[in-house]
Amino acid sequence: MNPWNHDVAKDELDLVDVQVDGVWLRMPRGLNVVEVAHRSKKFIPHYCYHPKLSVVGNCRMCLFEMGTPKTNADRSPVLGPDGKPEIAWMPRPQIGCATGVTQGMGIRTDSPLVKDCRNGVMEFLLINHPLDCPICDQAGECKLQEYSVEYGTGTSRFVEEKLKKPKNVDLGKRIVLDDERCILCSRCVRFSSEVMKDDVLGFVNRGSHSTLTAYPGKRFDNAYSLNTVDLCPVGALTSKDFRFQMRVWFLKETKSICTSCGTGCSTTIGSREGKVHRVTPRENEAVNSAWMCDYGRLNIHYLDSKDRLHRPLLKAVGEQFPGTWADAIHRAAEGLGKVKPEEIAVVASGRLTNEELFVLKRLVGELGVTRVDMVPHSGQADNFLRSGDGNPNGRGAELLGLSSGGRKFSSWGAEIVSGKIRALLVLGGEDLVAAGIPSSALQKLDVLLFSGILGNETSRLAHVVLPSAATAEKTGSMVNVHGRLQRMTRAIAAPGEAREDWLILRDLREACTGGNSLHSVEDVWKAIAAEVPQFAGLSWAKIGDLGVQLETRSSLSGGNLVKA
Amino acid sequence: MSTALEVGTENCAGPETGEITSALEKQATELIARYPVSARSAVMPLLHLWQETFGYIGPRGVEWIAKKLSLQEIQVLELVTFYPWFRQKPYGKFHFRVCRTLPCALGGSGKTFAKLQKLMNLKSDGHEGAMVSEDGRFSLEYSECLASCGTAPVILRNDEFHQGVDEKRATELVAGCK
Amino acid sequence: MAFSEQRLIFKNIDVPGYTRDIACYQKNGGYEVLKKGLAMGGGAIRDEVKKSQLRGRGGAGFPTGTKWSFIDPTKTTKPIYLICNADESEPGTFKDRQIIHKDPHQLLEGMILSCFANGVKLAYLYIRCEFTEGWKIMEKALNEARAAGFLGKNILKTGYDLEIYVHRGAGAYICGEETGLIESLEGKRAYPRIKPPYFPAVLGLYMCPTIVNNVETLCNVKHIVDMGGEAYAKIGRPNNTGTRLLCVSGDVVKPGYYEFPVGALTLGQLINDVCGGIRNGNRLKAVIPGGSSAKVLKAGEVYKIKEKGSDGNMLEKEVGLEDLRLDFDTLAAAGSMAGSGGVIVMDHTRDMVECLANISAFYAHESCGQCTPCREGVLWLKKILGRIAEGHGREDDPALLKEVADKIAGRTICAFGEAAAWPVQSFIAKFKAEFSARIARNGSASRHDTISLLH
Repeated sequence: MNPWNHDVAKDELDLVDVQVDGVWLRMPRGLNVVEVAHRSKKFIPHYCYHPKLSVVGNCRMCLFEMGTPKTNADRSPVLGPDGKPEIAWMPRPQIGCATGVTQGMGIRTDSPLVKDCRNGVMEFLLINHPLDCPICDQAGECKLQEYSVEYGTGTSRFVEEKLKKPKNVDLGKRIVLDDERCILCSRCVRFSSEVMKDDVLGFVNRGSHSTLTAYPGKRFDNAYSLNTVDLCPVGALTSKDFRFQMRVWFLKETKSICTSCGTGCSTTIGSREGKVHRVTPRENEAVNSAWMCDYGRLNIHYLDSKDRLHRPLLKAVGEQFPGTWADAIHRAAEGLGKVKPEEIAVVASGRLTNEELFVLKRLVGELGVTRVDMVPHSGQADNFLRSGDGNPNGRGAELLGLSSGGRKFSSWGAEIVSGKIRALLVLGGEDLVAAGIPSSALQKLDVLLFSGILGNETSRLAHVVLPSAATAEKTGSMVNVHGRLQRMTRAIAAPGEAREDWLILRDLREACTGGNSLHSVEDVWKAIAAEVPQFAGLSWAKIGDLGVQLETRSSLSGGNLVKA
Repeated sequence: MSTALEVGTENCAGPETGEITSALEKQATELIARYPVSARSAVMPLLHLWQETFGYIGPRGVEWIAKKLSLQEIQVLELVTFYPWFRQKPYGKFHFRVCRTLPCALGGSGKTFAKLQKLMNLKSDGHEGAMVSEDGRFSLEYSECLASCGTAPVILRNDEFHQGVDEKRATELVAGCK
Repeated sequence: MAFSEQRLIFKNIDVPGYTRDIACYQKNGGYEVLKKGLAMGGGAIRDEVKKSQLRGRGGAGFPTGTKWSFIDPTKTTKPIYLICNADESEPGTFKDRQIIHKDPHQLLEGMILSCFANGVKLAYLYIRCEFTEGWKIMEKALNEARAAGFLGKNILKTGYDLEIYVHRGAGAYICGEETGLIESLEGKRAYPRIKPPYFPAVLGLYMCPTIVNNVETLCNVKHIVDMGGEAYAKIGRPNNTGTRLLCVSGDVVKPGYYEFPVGALTLGQLINDVCGGIRNGNRLKAVIPGGSSAKVLKAGEVYKIKEKGSDGNMLEKEVGLEDLRLDFDTLAAAGSMAGSGGVIVMDHTRDMVECLANISAFYAHESCGQCTPCREGVLWLKKILGRIAEGHGREDDPALLKEVADKIAGRTICAFGEAAAWPVQSFIAKFKAEFSARIARNGSASRHDTISLLH
């Protein structure tokens, strides 16, 4: 996926001796000094360097003092009184990002010279930088601000007029550029060129007047453009969606995954007081590296859509009225009890978590329902992260035996019309009308139960509507199209009385069959691990923040997206 | 294969709207052939060719070159704005570049410049870059070292090089603009 | 005492009746050395260049034989490129212009020999576009050489193929930096590359091994092949061999270009005897000895120079400015450099604040803007100096100038950082009183019209 992965050594087992701030360590040969420092629990500040982009060495913030081993005439190392090799320090500082470690190399990350270099770079970067931190969206996560604390002076010796550059430049549909804030690190240019192969951005003019721009009339609108906002170490590139909305230090960060397609990019949800303000990619080499698509990132506004279902609804005399959860569950169970199991069909959704699907599996098993399937959703795949499978957990539904990939579902419309199916339980907010079953058919059903996040044509026909929680509002796991099992964690509470699906299903199951042994997501997970062979040996903790790759069966062998 | 213009025939004033002749296309093809490894190397030669033909490099030139070399327009614009020789606006029919670097400055290039500015009746708008006379006849700018420091001050009038250009010689050179 | 030049490269320059066409060149023995070199073989030529101890004439003075030895044409599987750096743009330097305009085939012969020696099949001549006539002269010379069989397929029936093309720059000083030049030749902004890893000998043009040599350096190769490396090394001084093209500008009676064995004369001899002394009867104040990047030398200064005595031991001597020998090592020992051979002379009437402001304006204009210290720092230097020159200096400015320059030098991607910082560091160190006096005269300071700060 990435042309570069500088944070991974060519051979992690080929180690050399390196002295970092006086301490001898073993580090992979050739690994660059910024990464070596990082692994040594030291930190070398940097702006232009990014492990997934080409190394250009333009910011000069990662200058460090480098030494090479002193050698005797016979090329053997000169040993000091402590028996350790002596180091000859070079007078000229080197850039950490472009220097790979070699045997016996000395590295100083905090010497007076190194600090002087950083002070110099900081002062230079700030002389023409506007002092608009109070209104800058980057404030709080700005590397310029961050490093100023350690390497800034607090006063400016610059008494000349600052350079004027374009402000509030409309780069594309989703991005605004402030050239006065830009420190010309070229991360955005390199991302667009190297990762996206979309050369829209570039620098015009020269020297101090160098200015980031898109060619006049060309828009920076590629499907992954917002990654440059993450990459920008300062507030030059900002997201139109997020800018001026919230100070980042107020945001609670929750680890989750994107459910906008079958890839399941690792994400961080930024929320405050029950509202999701942004989603950013969380680095996961097995899934999305450091990136995600703009669509998935911005697919958060449905959370407070006017179509959001807030309360259970029950249909009476042709109209839906709000009711209590107890009444709704009772009505739903009662409905399912009125018909024979073979007259029930269940739309298990590829949008549900494994835990939710598992409770559902128990329910249908105990009821003896065999008509279970999910609605396939296809999306527009690209050659990068977007998957053609629109279901984020279609693989999970398959693993749990709740999906035939839509094969069974395709005949349900006719079976409803012919009266073979009399009751339908729809999960995951699937809109069956959109999926090809006409509303006239759905109106024939004796029982139509709907659980979902947003109202749609199907929900409006339902006898019972059970409002459920969205991705950001629930904890659970999913399996992506490449067979990677990943976790999502609840960032905010569901609005109104909406509940997580697994709770809805637990209560429905209890009401229908009396089955009740699952009290938490972890309980559900334990049962899954015990019963589903592909999940054997796994625990909630073992899934970890980056997920685990499941044993690939033929149906899971979609190829590995991330080419090492 | 040289398609060089004779010295003294450089077109500085445009317009960029002229016809793209088959001769121009042929010259471009020949220039591109000089870079068998990477056509992108031909950007600067093509920028020179366009500027010499049309006087300056506007969007039409940028887009023509980008298309010829299968580049994005920004990759061409990046160069037009980096290299001071390339201009995005027309200059005067007679464009003067006066060397301002130390040896020429020691030799009096400041006086030469001031004289030319007066003769051409040019006013600085305070911005960097060339001043162009209202009638489009003259333009004037400072240039960095022209590499003839021993004969300071030196200037270029279009593509003609002149050395030892004191105020008197400057007056003659302006008078000689026919 | 008269000083007669020893003209090797300039042998035919300005000789009455000598023209730049190939017929004249051949009439004067042109391309005979090429025949000799082709017969010698590439390895033999490389050996001779190594023996000659030739040092690069572009500015850094790096040994050419060593530079070539980083590439082994018998081992590399990638194509090897050679680029002639004819982007002569170091202020004070105008030697390459003479060669290109007056003896272009000498350069081509040296270039073809160097290409042959290093197994190069495709070479470029990167020439600054301000040489509006020069590039056309080179195009014509290349056509002549091609027609005569010195270039192209199967050169002189040896089976050796070589093509050379002219590539014009477009007014950017940074293209003189070899990796900036390579980027420019690749059709990009001339951003110098980081080294490591992008050493031209390994990852040069199109990521292939590449040799970048200056015009004068390549001409020297012709003479080394002609006379043999050992004979060449006898010209000049040990480690400072051959002749040097010296360009003198500024306040001397006879500015111009001269050729002497390296170290054959002192700075005083060059200024007073060769160039007729300081003009208008003025006194010497300062000299920049190797192009405007070189640190300034001040009249009356005395330097401690280490030299090998007749007994072979190193001796430290005190040497005055005018007694400094004009070679690489002596000028380096005096804290400056021989650089590109451009000697800029300033007399006692010159205002050092304005001279430095002019130099810094040049560097601010020419900074490519790629890396932080240079991009931000050099313009800052220019602004401070402009402010002082305009009569708005502040007491702390000299100290600030030094500190800003100190934070640029040694911390940038390429040597431009030093080129911009060294003049400031040296002018402030040596003429501090003049800067302070100018600041003390604030308001009443009048601007000399000789030094334009525009841009």
